Amino acid sequence: MSSTRTPAPPTGGAGVRRSGRKFSVLTGQDRVVLGLMVGIPTFMVVFFVIIPMIASTILSFTQWNGIGGFAAIKFVGLQNYIDLVTVYIPFFPALTHNLIWLGFFLFIATPIGIFFAVLLDKEMRGTRFYQGALYLPVVLSLAIVGFIWQLQYAPEQGLINNVLGTTRQDNLISWLGDPSLNLWAVLVAASWRHVGYVMILYLAGLKSVDPTLKEAAAIDGAGEVDTFRRVVFPVMRPINIVILVITVIESLRAFDLAFIVNKGLNGLELLSTLVTNNIIGETSRIGFGSAIAVVLLVVSVGPILFYLTRALREDNP
Amino acid sequence: MAHSGVPRVEADEVAAPRIVRRMTLTRAAVGGAIFALVVAACGGAASPAPSTAPGTTPAPGDTPAASVSLGETSLGSNESDEQPKAAVQSLVDYCQTSTGASIKVNVNDHNTFQNQISSYLQGTPDDIVKWFAGNRLRFFADQGLLSPIDDVWAEVGSNYSDAFKVASTGNDGKLYFVPNINYPWVVMYRKSVFTEKGYAVPTTLAEFKTLGDKMLADGIAPLAFGDLDGWPAMGTFDILNMRLNGYDFHVGLMAGTEKWSDPRVKAVFQLWAELLPYFQAGAPGRTWQDAAKAMIVDKTAGMYFLGTFAAQQAPTPADVADIGFFPFPTLGNQYDSEKAIDAPIDGFMLSANPKNPEAAKAFLKCVATAAAQKIYTATSAGDVATVKDADTSGYNDVQKAAAAIIADSGRIAQFLDRDARADFAGPSGMQGFLLSFLNDPKQNLDTFLGGIQSYYDSLPPQQ
Repeated sequence: MSSTRTPAPPTGGAGVRRSGRKFSVLTGQDRVVLGLMVGIPTFMVVFFVIIPMIASTILSFTQWNGIGGFAAIKFVGLQNYIDLVTVYIPFFPALTHNLIWLGFFLFIATPIGIFFAVLLDKEMRGTRFYQGALYLPVVLSLAIVGFIWQLQYAPEQGLINNVLGTTRQDNLISWLGDPSLNLWAVLVAASWRHVGYVMILYLAGLKSVDPTLKEAAAIDGAGEVDTFRRVVFPVMRPINIVILVITVIESLRAFDLAFIVNKGLNGLELLSTLVTNNIIGETSRIGFGSAIAVVLLVVSVGPILFYLTRALREDNP
Repeated sequence: MAHSGVPRVEADEVAAPRIVRRMTLTRAAVGGAIFALVVAACGGAASPAPSTAPGTTPAPGDTPAASVSLGETSLGSNESDEQPKAAVQSLVDYCQTSTGASIKVNVNDHNTFQNQISSYLQGTPDDIVKWFAGNRLRFFADQGLLSPIDDVWAEVGSNYSDAFKVASTGNDGKLYFVPNINYPWVVMYRKSVFTEKGYAVPTTLAEFKTLGDKMLADGIAPLAFGDLDGWPAMGTFDILNMRLNGYDFHVGLMAGTEKWSDPRVKAVFQLWAELLPYFQAGAPGRTWQDAAKAMIVDKTAGMYFLGTFAAQQAPTPADVADIGFFPFPTLGNQYDSEKAIDAPIDGFMLSANPKNPEAAKAFLKCVATAAAQKIYTATSAGDVATVKDADTSGYNDVQKAAAAIIADSGRIAQFLDRDARADFAGPSGMQGFLLSFLNDPKQNLDTFLGGIQSYYDSLPPQQ
């Protein structure tokens, strides 16, 4: 930590000092404080985000097994990317699954969470119990969520197959083993948690909406649905943006559940699991894994930039 | 990762034969947490066996420390499960006394250790490292991360057969590994079920199919099968390939001198597709533990092809005693007489810059003695000693039968993920390919095998 601070203050300090000369508003202590406040976050972003990002991008043009230092790194140009799209069979399924994941969260899980929030906002009987029940999964780590759902989906011992009576050799449903089913099975598990998360955020937002707005809408003759669509939802814009961003981020960093189930194989390929499978392990392909990571980066940066610029623009008309 | 971070758990899990170890890291962690809670709730009764703390101090007493003391060395072990962990500790205790070296054991979580082995060996590893023979050993030897131990072999070499020597030899012809134990991949069954239903142990594929049809008619799956973890199917591929195309072709294929696009490989998958109706359905979604339970506990499957460690899923010693096994049936071709099997070898290697090479080598020599291996196998049921003069008087029935099958085998392979390069065998490679085959055995095999070969060719050259 102490080393983190050393390089930082000079950068921040320089700018401050210049303006200080003009207006003499800032004391020396102010400069130090400002320098630290700007410098430490800048340092962290640069060293923990920007530099690794650049390093990954550079590594994606190389071949390296992670052993033997920089001398062992061999530049291979675009070969990793070419292999990725030509011989690496899991790549396109992974890309597709990431997009399905995003779509499922955006159009199914998140709306369900919002719906629950609106219902619970009605102060119906037992609302606290429902809140607790729906929010419980959010408190659990995804590792435990994965473990719980693996037990539900187990072929012979699992609850679901036993309830359905599909545990025999001839009618067995392999929830996690059938590649046409397992992505959806895992999405249900992921949504179980995501719905609660969205619900609690949205519920907090709904509580802060001025009730007179709803009353006014009701007096003007708007039904429940219209009130929500035309009055409440627009008023909630800041919360909506937060939820949108959270949903996109949660979808793109999807990893845990697929990896817990089967290391992201066999229908559960995601870009994040491919990166891991290539980079971590007995023998790693650092360059190839980095190339996949760069693809994931490009995919992630797109939506994030889009929403952030939109949000910032609309906030400052 | 969760496994974060933990990936590549896969292949390797094969390596170690015991129960829990194969759990994914997460499941182990979760299981551990739950277990801890339960134990705490119960007033923290039973604490696991070995009362000896990992030997940080020289063996007390017996040895006059001054005269023979070799000083302190350390052992990095991947045996985090109770039974093998206790076996390693008893081996170390014995060798400390007999050599005068003091050995500190650092136990690591099994899967984590395997995932991090490469950075571990590059950092400041322990002097002695527990690992696997075969290509998984050669890779690290090639990278210069291990010390050759030809001098140790000069003394103990006569106590090992050629097969073990080959498995311990690096690509440069030097020796890097001292075998400790191995265990065979066999077809297991419950003797009581076979007696009750009048089933006979099949020795040929025809007999196996007849038996399978009978079992299907009785409403049980002939062969339990679970491949959720990705590696168990490798054992099936290994044995079918060795039975159909012979040991030499199999080894060539693993080493990359034979091609996956070869028609002989296609024949293996055709045979496998033909046999799939005898395998328990839904294998890609079932863990190997659940498959073992289907055969041992639920009796919904009649047989199970896996390493003998599967017997550890048996709930009681009586269930263990009821488990019989036999080598995979022969196909009636010129390779029948080879009696090839997979029998993975575990043992110890020496890291590149050991702090105390004399003490470490003294330990390695100790491992190569019948007395030391007897102590290890006494604790680790299902594993078999590797030395020629092994003292088998303490073997249980499973060990006796396993030793007999290994001794009777003319050719011994390790396992796909030990014989082939790790990046090919892992989740990005064969694990995924075999799952894809199991999900769609009728797919175009030429395209399928062409895809495997292109993937193999796209891997960077190994030194």
